[in-house]
Amino acid sequence: MSIFHKIKNKPTQFLVSTITIITTSLICYLISDYIGYKTIALVLLLVVSLLAIILDVIPVLLAAVLSALIWDYFFIPPHFTLHVDKTEDALMLIMYFIIALVNGVLTTKIRKIEKITQLKEEKLNSIKLYNTLFNSISHELRTPISTIYGSTDNLLNNQKNLSEENKINLITEIHKASERLNRLVGNLLNISRLETGHISVKKDWCNVNELIPYVINSLEQELKNHNIKILIDEQFPLVKLDYGLMEQVISNIVYNASIYTVENTIITVDIKLVNNNLTIIISDNGSGISDDEIEKIFDKFYRIKATSANGTGLGLSIAKGFIEAHNGKIKAFNNELKGLSFEIKIPLATNEIMNLNSI
Amino acid sequence: MNNHSILIIDDEVQIRKLLEITLSSNNFKTSEAVNGKSGLLMAANHPPDLIILDLGLPDEDGQTILKKLREWYFNPIIILSVRNSEEDIITALDNGANDYLVKPFRTGELLARIRTALRLSQTFTNSPVFEFENIKIDFVNHSVKKNDELIKLTSTEFSLLSLLVKNEGRVLTHSFILKEIWGMGYIEQTQYLRVFIAQLRKKIEANPNHPIFIKTESGIGYRFITVKNN
Repeated sequence: MSIFHKIKNKPTQFLVSTITIITTSLICYLISDYIGYKTIALVLLLVVSLLAIILDVIPVLLAAVLSALIWDYFFIPPHFTLHVDKTEDALMLIMYFIIALVNGVLTTKIRKIEKITQLKEEKLNSIKLYNTLFNSISHELRTPISTIYGSTDNLLNNQKNLSEENKINLITEIHKASERLNRLVGNLLNISRLETGHISVKKDWCNVNELIPYVINSLEQELKNHNIKILIDEQFPLVKLDYGLMEQVISNIVYNASIYTVENTIITVDIKLVNNNLTIIISDNGSGISDDEIEKIFDKFYRIKATSANGTGLGLSIAKGFIEAHNGKIKAFNNELKGLSFEIKIPLATNEIMNLNSI
Repeated sequence: MNNHSILIIDDEVQIRKLLEITLSSNNFKTSEAVNGKSGLLMAANHPPDLIILDLGLPDEDGQTILKKLREWYFNPIIILSVRNSEEDIITALDNGANDYLVKPFRTGELLARIRTALRLSQTFTNSPVFEFENIKIDFVNHSVKKNDELIKLTSTEFSLLSLLVKNEGRVLTHSFILKEIWGMGYIEQTQYLRVFIAQLRKKIEANPNHPIFIKTESGIGYRFITVKNN
């Protein structure tokens, strides 16, 4: 990113260039009794240099030529003629012109180099992301496949030596591995839907009092060792949301909380309507994460360091994508219970909120 | 001892194998078709008691096959597909599928859905009273009792409960329920459905946050069940 925002529109560029030079010249003309014409040359040169930062090369050249002519006509004695008397002034006029030109061209060059470096950096970043992606996917895919392959091989070829109990154990592992594969495929599909912009938000009336318990019930197995608290007003109004997407968001965050915290951890889902913002705060009283990791947990394939939980590193970035598709925001922070909290805020229009007693 | 016949229309040999093993070990007679055309032909030659239909077929789309079947075949059809979008599911239900299961599926769940579908197609009666668990619905007097105590339902709540109960085990789409209870003009007024379902759950469910009778089918509709699946 360049430090200065460039003006994109061509005609605007020419307009800015002309107006700036004329205005500066006018001011200089008004104070020309107090400063000499040589100082005015420097002032004009400074303005041309500044223009070179925000404008393309042609408008800068226009500024250079225009200012040189103005300087010559109005300021170099004799006034009101392009004629120059002194050799010294003629030399200065030529030098002025050259410096203004070089200024414009150099700035453009610098900008080009800046752009190339930026492209290179982007390319490097994308290669890095690509590698992380491939390593992560291949690891995530191969682990459950290895489990299935190994266990079935064992069951097929080593039947006689396996106790009934171990057979059941192997079958349980196969079952878990296929669930894991299925979840990974679902996540990958959602990520690619997000990346290719194939997410369309279909808003419909949602009863949050129905949605949240539904999600929690569907995670019954995963949450059997956790305590869940849902804090919501019984008369919470209906709100317009995409039920399916929101279900995924809540599910991913709560599921995450369940696998990254120990047994008996309390997970709280707190739902409020604050100034027409649907606000959902999902907190746990686990051990939280370090501040520098908090920034990264929504990144694709980012996995919390020093964890034994086997997540895909996709759940939170999907949640973020789905919330953003609702024009909402999501952030994570360590809470006063020293655990981790997620705050979701979705802005709703007044006609997207309906009080129960109005139906 | 049921010996019901089930036709499996699926192009994936592994899925057919899995279904064949699962179904035959539960006393169902199975036959298999590898594409839509042969499926239609087999169904016409020996109409089975139930059809399990995949949507991603090599020759013709499963939704088209479903529509063609429904022109003359009235026994249950259960869709078993990897397609999990709300649109696909709603379209299939609108096209006349009795139920929809997304792959990968739990075989226990599939068996439960098959049994429900077969039971419904066999024992559809216009009994004036319907009882389940601790609830007793009297369709003649429009009254509902829970633990032998009368519970007050508005007429809309009663119609909604009746509709769900009479379609026990089936997923009813939002638009279907809205059309049946409120009328054609209300098909998109889901707010009514959300509120009345919530009220109904409060009155008949032991724990409205953990409903066991009126189940939410996310983004699709509602399903009434009396026996816990699986």
